[in-house]
Amino acid sequence: MSAVLEAQSPSPAAKRQGKNAEALAQLASRERQSLLALTVPALLIVGCVVLIPMGWLFWLSIVGQDGLTLDHYERLLHPSYRLTLSTTFQLAFLVTGICLVLGYPLAYLAAQLPPRAASLVLICVLFPFWTSLLVRTYAWLVLLQRRGLVNDWLQGIGLIDEPLRLVHNFTGTTIGMTHIMLPFMVLPLYATMKTIDEGYMRAAANLGASPIKAFWQVFVPLSVPGLIAGLIVVFVLSLGFYVTPALLGGGRVMMWAMQIERSVAVYSDWGAASALGVVLLVITLGILWLVARLTGAFTMIGGK
Amino acid sequence: MLNRPATSTQITHFRRLWLYVFCGLVILFLIAPTLLVIPMSFSGSRYLTFPPESWSTRWYRAYFDSIEWRDATWVSFQAAIWTTVVATVSGTLAAYGLYTARLSAGRYVQVLLALPMMIPVILLAIGVFIFFAPLGLNNSIPGLVLAHSALAIPLVLISVTAGLHNFDLNQEMVARSMGASRPWAFLTVTLPQIRNSVISGALLAFITSLDEVVIALLIVGGEKATLTRRMFLALRDEIDPTIAAISTLLIAVSIILLGMTQFLQSGRKR
Repeated sequence: MSAVLEAQSPSPAAKRQGKNAEALAQLASRERQSLLALTVPALLIVGCVVLIPMGWLFWLSIVGQDGLTLDHYERLLHPSYRLTLSTTFQLAFLVTGICLVLGYPLAYLAAQLPPRAASLVLICVLFPFWTSLLVRTYAWLVLLQRRGLVNDWLQGIGLIDEPLRLVHNFTGTTIGMTHIMLPFMVLPLYATMKTIDEGYMRAAANLGASPIKAFWQVFVPLSVPGLIAGLIVVFVLSLGFYVTPALLGGGRVMMWAMQIERSVAVYSDWGAASALGVVLLVITLGILWLVARLTGAFTMIGGK
Repeated sequence: MLNRPATSTQITHFRRLWLYVFCGLVILFLIAPTLLVIPMSFSGSRYLTFPPESWSTRWYRAYFDSIEWRDATWVSFQAAIWTTVVATVSGTLAAYGLYTARLSAGRYVQVLLALPMMIPVILLAIGVFIFFAPLGLNNSIPGLVLAHSALAIPLVLISVTAGLHNFDLNQEMVARSMGASRPWAFLTVTLPQIRNSVISGALLAFITSLDEVVIALLIVGGEKATLTRRMFLALRDEIDPTIAAISTLLIAVSIILLGMTQFLQSGRKR
């Protein structure tokens, strides 16, 4: 009898319990909200270095001598800027392509090797990652110079008579940038390939696929998320790259980032620099956003 | 062994010998250029050849005897150490807050904190330059540390978040149910167990600051010039063999740090 009553109208004790649970849930959610306060120091730093300065840069790009203007953006259509932008895109595409050709087989092999051998390969991939960008760029400067190791060897084996111009031009920039970007291609590819179940490949073989067919029709499509992540990271980083092109290009290969730096340092032209910067920023974040929408790669970039 | 496939879908090792050769060459391309700098730095002549025609340590002496290089190294290490402290503490706090709060708003915070990694450094350098000018932070180590910390925070965040994923937060609940306050439970229960990820993050922060060129190029100079800034300017003008010696020392630093992270990771698996 009392059990029936209780089911119909909750007893005072149960009511109290319900209230308690509600209060606890509220407390918990308030506590969770207060935990977000722990991100404040990091947000302050990022705010000072990224958010406010980027806002300022945007403001500089749309303000002229007499109020708001789009003049700075219009100037970007000038042939000299167009040349810079097309060089940048050419180089970024080229470097991304070479990284794909060099990186895919390496990631594939690393994902299939036994753990010990695979970790050795990975250390070789991580090593440049941990070595100073300048040191690696310097190494290429020394190797590729007129009397450098590469020219010496090419002449030694009789392939060329005259030393080639390998550095301070497009060639040197491409080689150096490929070297810097390759780990950014291999690491996401490896991470994705590692999660591909070997069972799929066996199933494909079971159904009569040759190893090559199974590779192209099963393995490659499954590796696409890592592939896209790698391609995009390399491409986006290449677009905004400064140090290596500035040194290995010897001032002859004008990249987007160098144009920005030069606008400020040489011409004190903040309008041009900020307009170039805003366009670069929008393209970079736009590509990343698009990829995040398409593949959920943000979880990777965002650290999960 | 070479003629037997490792799995039923694989081609035999022998038939994909080309893959091994190709990957071997790619690995050579990745590490050989950097490693060749080491023997070349012991060259006795002004022209860097391999193998060196004569051996000497004159470029190391040139480095250690130069007040400018020594000062620059000191500035770099100061900035790197402070960056490590600031980025590790704020990054770890943020990672812990985001991970335990589990709020949908957290995703936006996470994207904001990942921004420094995604925005081209040249833009950050120029932006920081105009923002720091009225604050008087340009040409100062605190300014450099602030900028470098922003670059390092995403890396610390990723590393520590990964560590938290492998940790059972219920342990902290147990500690708190037994009377420990939240900070105390974090310090005595959680932190010791995610220690390796925090240290990995700290090492990444250190190397990020030590290697950073572009921001230093714009916002510091003169007495506050960092090692990499000086190296960049020296390389733009001519190939000074002293840089081979400095590079070798920097390679040693990176090998030590990479070795430490690998050691920490193998410890985590066990």
